[in-house]
Amino acid sequence: MDPKEKMKIPRQKMPEQKPEVRRGNFQEVPFGYPEETAMLEAKRCLQCKKPGCMKGCPVEVKIPDFIRLIAEGDHWGAIKKIKETNSLPAVCGRVCPQESQCESMCIVGKKAEPVAVGRLERFVADLERKSGKVSKPQIAPPTGKRVAVVGSGPSGLTVAGDLSRMGHKVVIFEALHKAGGVLVYGIPEFRLPKEIVQAEINFLQDIGIEVECNTVIGKADTLDELLNNGFDAVFVGTGAGAPIFMNIPGENLIGVYSANEYLTRSNLMKAYLFPEYDTPILTSKVVVVVGGGNVAMDSARTALRLGANEVHLVYRRSKEEMPARTEEAHHAEEEGVIFDLLTNPLRYIGDDKGKLVAVECQKMELGEPDQSGRRRPVPIKGSEFQLAIDTAIVAIGNGPNPLVPSTTPDLKLNRKGNIEADLRNCKTSKRGVFAGGDIVRGAATVILAMGDGKVSARSIDAYLKDPAWWDLPTPEPEPQPEKAPKATKKPE
Amino acid sequence: MHKIVRTDTLAPSMFLMEVEAPKIAEKRKAGQFIILRIDEKGERVPFTVADSDTKRGTITLIYQVVGKTTAQMSSLRAGDSLLDICGPLGQPTHIEKFGTVCCIGGGTGIAIAYPIAKSLGQAGNKVLSILGARTKELLFYENEVRAISNELLICTDDGSYGQKGLVTDMLKQLIDRGEQLKLVVAIGPVPMMKFVARMTKEYNIHTIVSLNPIMIDGSGMCGCCRVSVGGATKFVCVDGPEFDAHQVDFELLTKRLASYREKEAQAYDMYKHACKIGRG
Repeated sequence: MDPKEKMKIPRQKMPEQKPEVRRGNFQEVPFGYPEETAMLEAKRCLQCKKPGCMKGCPVEVKIPDFIRLIAEGDHWGAIKKIKETNSLPAVCGRVCPQESQCESMCIVGKKAEPVAVGRLERFVADLERKSGKVSKPQIAPPTGKRVAVVGSGPSGLTVAGDLSRMGHKVVIFEALHKAGGVLVYGIPEFRLPKEIVQAEINFLQDIGIEVECNTVIGKADTLDELLNNGFDAVFVGTGAGAPIFMNIPGENLIGVYSANEYLTRSNLMKAYLFPEYDTPILTSKVVVVVGGGNVAMDSARTALRLGANEVHLVYRRSKEEMPARTEEAHHAEEEGVIFDLLTNPLRYIGDDKGKLVAVECQKMELGEPDQSGRRRPVPIKGSEFQLAIDTAIVAIGNGPNPLVPSTTPDLKLNRKGNIEADLRNCKTSKRGVFAGGDIVRGAATVILAMGDGKVSARSIDAYLKDPAWWDLPTPEPEPQPEKAPKATKKPE
Repeated sequence: MHKIVRTDTLAPSMFLMEVEAPKIAEKRKAGQFIILRIDEKGERVPFTVADSDTKRGTITLIYQVVGKTTAQMSSLRAGDSLLDICGPLGQPTHIEKFGTVCCIGGGTGIAIAYPIAKSLGQAGNKVLSILGARTKELLFYENEVRAISNELLICTDDGSYGQKGLVTDMLKQLIDRGEQLKLVVAIGPVPMMKFVARMTKEYNIHTIVSLNPIMIDGSGMCGCCRVSVGGATKFVCVDGPEFDAHQVDFELLTKRLASYREKEAQAYDMYKHACKIGRG
């Protein structure tokens, strides 16, 4: 097929549950490509000599190669190819912001819609998982070195997988009772089925990684204790796990949740199956979600599925500035979430039992651009209004979790409390300790965290082979920490 | 999995469970807590560690049956297991030699006050303990607390044991007889802690309370356990569980504890019903 013919094939749609159906269940929204659709979509790839798509991928997936294999019908070859560099393809195929990474650099995308890299990745990853015949990667002979990985989110799982392949013994420590971090407690079932995360964890355990759940590093053991008790290096990937509130009146009323709490109750604790499961969640009539990121979308869509009659998304800027993926905002709107844009909450109002009954908001207009380049929202005087609600979910971001830093005095932090690490090699100020993902970057994305995991694995391997590596100067100039641009905010 | 090695009934609806958790037994300090989950469908519930035994590798939990999870716990026996225990969590009690200290335990709070009183005693303090309960049969740990205290005062609301009165009456006696209290530790039902705080504020005696809000992760991630202390929002799981009693907003704590009252009652009723059917 010549390039002209390829360009004529339209980007293939992925079938999905209808909005009116899916808002009543927690099952995954898209169904994934059938084989013939996947092969047709794969044929759209131009097989560029200098592929732009790969430049957009933080974990260096050999994109044109795996797509060619799908086009040729060699799906097993394709998944093997992906897994050479990406240990979580079924996750990435679902939650990566492809539109601002690989797909944004696709040459086809200059004239037509880009090749659906994410959907194709998902297709082969699902095919492999469903077959039950998961291929094991090549594992180097044991080096006798031991690495502790703190946190089992996307960065931790990636660094663990890569180090294990290099022959090092890895133990992952997870605070919660289930491994997966934000993939398990944060991202809802309808966007990332937990069975998929579990399959990835099982795979890591199959290749020899130990996972110790219910272990809060900083409380059970400190980093120093890990380093003094048989671990040659430590990777810290504890994430952005401290919810931020707005500090406005009424935030402690019953019915005001952090998005973390709301999503954790529903996702990790399965409160949507109460009373079969013991953890309750409030049954709501009218819900306000504050924020405009993917976490806000996840919260709003969860509230609908939990039976709320009306869900408002209150965001202080306009739709254009929303950090959520376009696809997520679109899904939320389709399902009936009401977008109250250019609106900001001022206070929550409660009854005498301390229960939330209303929120007072203010309308905003856009002024001059601020530091982030987005136009600053400015309150409109006299525009205050009240909305009767019984639940509010605050989804305006997360700070770094303090437990590891607070018990590791020689670990340098920045002003915001994030761990300082050189993103070229993920080295921290403390010898033998590496860090990556949101605990370094602040709230970013799953894939950037995975990219840090990859970089860390290489660095740790080099350090374990020769401890003098630690003191070598880093050759290349230090890149600016990649700030999640629009539409690449953390997709949980 | 954590094997239960011993269970005991301390008083009507008040139980003890000793369970294997060697790492926690080794690490925990007075004032810290754990979060447990009985089984796959269970909720995560925090309990302060009442005691630990590093030789046996066990921790002791003391609890009152108030809902589904605690009722289910009370049905377990030695040899059964708990699925998950995470800990130790929270900040340990600040222990130093203050001089004369008073440790007050009410209800299940006795179980939490005990290890703190023990640690304060070991640090060289003169420990005056007060135990209070509604009635005689709800009192427990009398001998344990007596053994580590310089003096023990006991009171019951109905006068069925010890002196008739409230723990605040006992505290007043200590103050009136001229004890120079440098610290009061009050742990028990929220109203008890509130009234102790009110009294010690009058006398300007530094007072610590241990709070028990609803929690999920216990590591500062969800914010469910937030309380207001001195006008600022704090997370009990990482900032606490102990706070300056004179700064705590007890009304807010009480209200937030009632967040899920109806759902909790529903779950408990269903559990009791299922047990009845189970018994045929």
